[in-house]
Amino acid sequence: MTEGAAEGEAPRDEAGIAAAVLAAYEAREPLEVIGNGSKQGMLRPVQAARTLRLGGLSGVVMHSPEELVVSARAGTTLAELDGVLAARGQSLASEVPDLRHLLGSEGEPTLGGAVAANLSGPRRIGGGATRDYVLGVRAVNGRGELLRCGGRVHKNVTGLDLCRLLAGSHGTLAVLTEITLKVLPRAERERSLAVRCAEARAGVAALSIGLGSAFGVSGAAYVPAALAGRVPGLSGPAALLRVENFADSVAYRVDRLRALLAPFGTVDVLEEEVSRQAWRSLRDAEPLADGEGAVWRLSVRPSAGPGVAERLEREMGAAWFLDWGGGLVWLRGPAGERGHASVCAAVAEAGGTWTLLRAPLALRQVVAVIPPEPEALARIGGRVKAAFDPAGILNPGRMRAGV
Amino acid sequence: MDVEPPLHEDVLARRGAIVAGLCRLLPEDAVISDRARLRPYETDGMASERQVPLAVALPSTTGEVVAVMRFLHREGVPVVPRGAGTSLSGGALPRADAVVLGMMRMHRILEVDYADRFARVQAGVTNLAITEAVQKGGFFYAPDPSSQLACMIGGNVAMNAGGAHCLRYGVTTNNLLGLTVVTAEGDVVEIGGRHVDAAGYDWLGLLTGSEGQLAVVTEVTVRILHAAEGARAMLVAFKANEVAGACVAAIIAAGIIPVALEFMDRPAIAACEAFAHAGYPLDAEALLIVEVEGSAAEQDALLARISGICARFEPVSLRVSASAEESAAIWKGRKGAFGAVGRISPDYLCMDGTIPTGRLAEVLARIGEMSGRYGLKVANIFHAGDGNLHPLILFDANDADSQRRAEEFGAEILRLCVEVGGCLTGEHGVGVEKRPLMGVQFNPTELAQQRRIKEAFDPGWLLNPSKVFPAADAAA
Repeated sequence: MTEGAAEGEAPRDEAGIAAAVLAAYEAREPLEVIGNGSKQGMLRPVQAARTLRLGGLSGVVMHSPEELVVSARAGTTLAELDGVLAARGQSLASEVPDLRHLLGSEGEPTLGGAVAANLSGPRRIGGGATRDYVLGVRAVNGRGELLRCGGRVHKNVTGLDLCRLLAGSHGTLAVLTEITLKVLPRAERERSLAVRCAEARAGVAALSIGLGSAFGVSGAAYVPAALAGRVPGLSGPAALLRVENFADSVAYRVDRLRALLAPFGTVDVLEEEVSRQAWRSLRDAEPLADGEGAVWRLSVRPSAGPGVAERLEREMGAAWFLDWGGGLVWLRGPAGERGHASVCAAVAEAGGTWTLLRAPLALRQVVAVIPPEPEALARIGGRVKAAFDPAGILNPGRMRAGV
Repeated sequence: MDVEPPLHEDVLARRGAIVAGLCRLLPEDAVISDRARLRPYETDGMASERQVPLAVALPSTTGEVVAVMRFLHREGVPVVPRGAGTSLSGGALPRADAVVLGMMRMHRILEVDYADRFARVQAGVTNLAITEAVQKGGFFYAPDPSSQLACMIGGNVAMNAGGAHCLRYGVTTNNLLGLTVVTAEGDVVEIGGRHVDAAGYDWLGLLTGSEGQLAVVTEVTVRILHAAEGARAMLVAFKANEVAGACVAAIIAAGIIPVALEFMDRPAIAACEAFAHAGYPLDAEALLIVEVEGSAAEQDALLARISGICARFEPVSLRVSASAEESAAIWKGRKGAFGAVGRISPDYLCMDGTIPTGRLAEVLARIGEMSGRYGLKVANIFHAGDGNLHPLILFDANDADSQRRAEEFGAEILRLCVEVGGCLTGEHGVGVEKRPLMGVQFNPTELAQQRRIKEAFDPGWLLNPSKVFPAADAAA
C-alpha cells in the first residue's frame, strides 16, 4: 500500500479521473483512491493493483461570498481553500481537523479527503459536521460514470441526497472530483471560558449548561489533569467553552456564561489567540499525538462520555480527553486486540459509535476499524455499494474487510 | 413522457384477503376498508390529484408497522406511508392498489433529555408538538415548515422539511440524531441514536428526504436547541427587486446571518396587506423581513448594523420593530401569505424551486414575463437568504384551461430555476408533482444511479410507488 502510493495515476482533470476509473472497472482491478495521502494511516489498508491520486485535480472553481458558497476541485488543499475564504472573511464552518501529527503523515490535506472522511472539529457540536455543509459534489462512480449530486444552492431536496452518503464513504462508493460547500463568515471575536473542574462528570455537566444556554457556545471540551499541560492556556483539568461572535456580543455572552458556570469552579477567560491555539490543539488531537499506542475516536451521548473514558482508563490505562460537549471521546491506549475489544464493549454498552483512527498495520488488518452494522442494514449496504461500484474496485477493504 | 406504471391487478383482485390479513395483525379499528371512510385518504396537500387507496392501516407501534410491512411484502402489495397528509407535492398520494400506512396513532413523545439535548418521538408526533414538549425547559426544535401545526415529524424526515429559519438553523437533515425505520422487507433498523455521526455510511442522511422510497420511519431522535433570549424583526422596502436582492447580498457579505430573511414582491405585498393589515408599504416593489436574535442589546446592535446597510440601497421605507408585538405584526402578513393569496384567487399553485441568490432579480423579471405570457397572476414569496423561491400562481381550478396554463407556468419556472444553477425543489419534495421534471435536473446516468439505490432498499418497488422517479425509470 503506502510503498506504491508515490506512483499511480494523478490526472489533472475530471475526464482523466473518469478514464482511470473506467479502465480499472474494465480490467476489474482494484483502485486505491487517495488525495495527498495525509489520512492513509486511518482505517484499514487498501490492497489495490492501481493507485489513483487526486492531488493533481486542484483549484478553487468558484467563490461567491455574498451567497456563502465555494466550489473547489477535490485535490485542492485545505490550506489553499482556507486562504481564498479568509481573504473574504469566511471559513469552512466545520473546522476540519488536521491529523498529520497524530497519524505521522506528511501530505497536505485536501478538501476531497476531508469530505470523504467527513472529518469535523469542535464546532460540530453546535454547527454541524462537514457533511452538513456539502451542497453538491461531482463524482465518478465505480463504473467510470460522472455523477452530479446536489448543486450550489442552500436548499435542495430534489431526488436522493447522495451528497451526504458520499461524504464519509472514504472513496468506497465514488471518487469525488469537485465539491461545493456552504461557508460561513469568520467570527469577529472569540473567547473561551475555562472552568477549573477536577471531575469529568462535573466538567461535562458544566459543558451541558453552556450548550443548553441561549449563548451560542461553539466549542465544548473537557481536558483531564493528565493532558491539561498539553493544551495551550490550561494549567489544570478544565471544562472549556468557546464563544464566537461580534465583539460586543462576545463580551456580553462571556459574562453571562461566567455567571452560569461559576458554581462548577473558578472560571478563567482565554483571550483570542490563546483560545484559538487551545481549540486548534483539541481539533487536531494534539494532546494524544505523541506517545505510542492506538488512537480511537468514539461518539456517544455527551453525558456518557466521562463514564466510557474513565472505564477505559481503568481497563487499559487509556489517556483521553472529551470534545463535543463530552460526546466525542478521543482515546489513546495500547495497540492490541484486547484493548480494542474493551473499547468496542464500552461503546456498545453506552450506545454510540467508534473509529480506530490510528494503529499499527498489524492491528488494522485484523480488527474491525468501525462497528459492524445490524444484519438487515449490512445486506442493504452491500447492495448500495454494488449500486455504485458493481465490480468492487473502489478502495476495497478501506472501511470493512471484504467490502 | 411520464407514463403511470400499471396497477398490480393481482393485488386489486385479492383486496378482500389483504384487508382480512391486515385485520388479523391490527386492532379492529386500525384497518379502514369501506369506501366512505377511505375517502379522506384519497389526496394530500396537493389537492389536484385524487385516488382512493386499497385500504388504510393505522399502526400504533413500531412492532405493528413491522407486522404490516412483512405481510404486505409477502403479498406484494404497494405501501404509501402517510403522516398528516400536508405534502404539497403529492408525497402521500395513494394508488388504487396500495395500502396507506397512516402514522397518526404513533403520536407519543418517548424521551426528552435536556442535558444531552435531544427528544425521541414517534413518527406521528407533529412538528410543533416537539417544541411544545420541550419549551418548558427553554428549548425548541428548529425546522419550522409553515404547516408545523399539522405536519408530522415522520413526514418531515421523509421530505427533509425546511422552514423560514433554515438559513441559521438548517433543515431537518441537520437536526436529526437517529431514526428507527422499517425496511421494505419488514426488518427494524436503528440508525444513529443519541450521539452524532455514524462511522459507516450516512444512512441517516440518505433516508432523510428520500420521500418514503427507501424505508418507513417509525421513530425519530431530534436535536433540540435552547431558544435565543429574544428575537426582533425589521421591515424594509425597496423600489426594485434587484435593489432588494443587492441588499440581501450586502447583509450576508458583511458577515451577518440573520435568523430569517424573507422577501415579498409587489403582488405578494398587496395580497398580504389586504389580508393582515400589517402596515406593509403598498408603493414598494419589494419588501424584506429581517429577523435577528439575542439579548435586547444584541438585537439593537445587529438591527443597527443591518439598517446601516439597508440605508445604502435607498429604501422606500424602513421600520425596526421596538417590541415583540411589533415584530409579530411584521410577521403577521408573511405568515398569513398563503391564506391571503387564497382570498384573492379561487386557487393557487405554490412552487418551490431554489436559485442562487445572486440571480434573484433576473429570475423574478423572467417570472413576470411568463406571467404575462400565460395570462395568470403570480405573487412571489421567497426565503431570500437561502434562495428558496415560492411563486404562487393564481388560477381557477373550475376552468380546465386556467389549470393547464398554471401547471405549464409552474413547470417553466422550475426549468428556469435549474437553468440558472438551482434546483426543482427546495423543501416541498418531488413527489408526484415534479416527477416528470426530474430529467430537467438529472441526466439518464444520474437517474439510473438513484434508481439503483432505490432498488437496493426496495427491489420490488413497493414503497411509495409512482413518485420521485420518472415513470419510464420506474418501469425499466
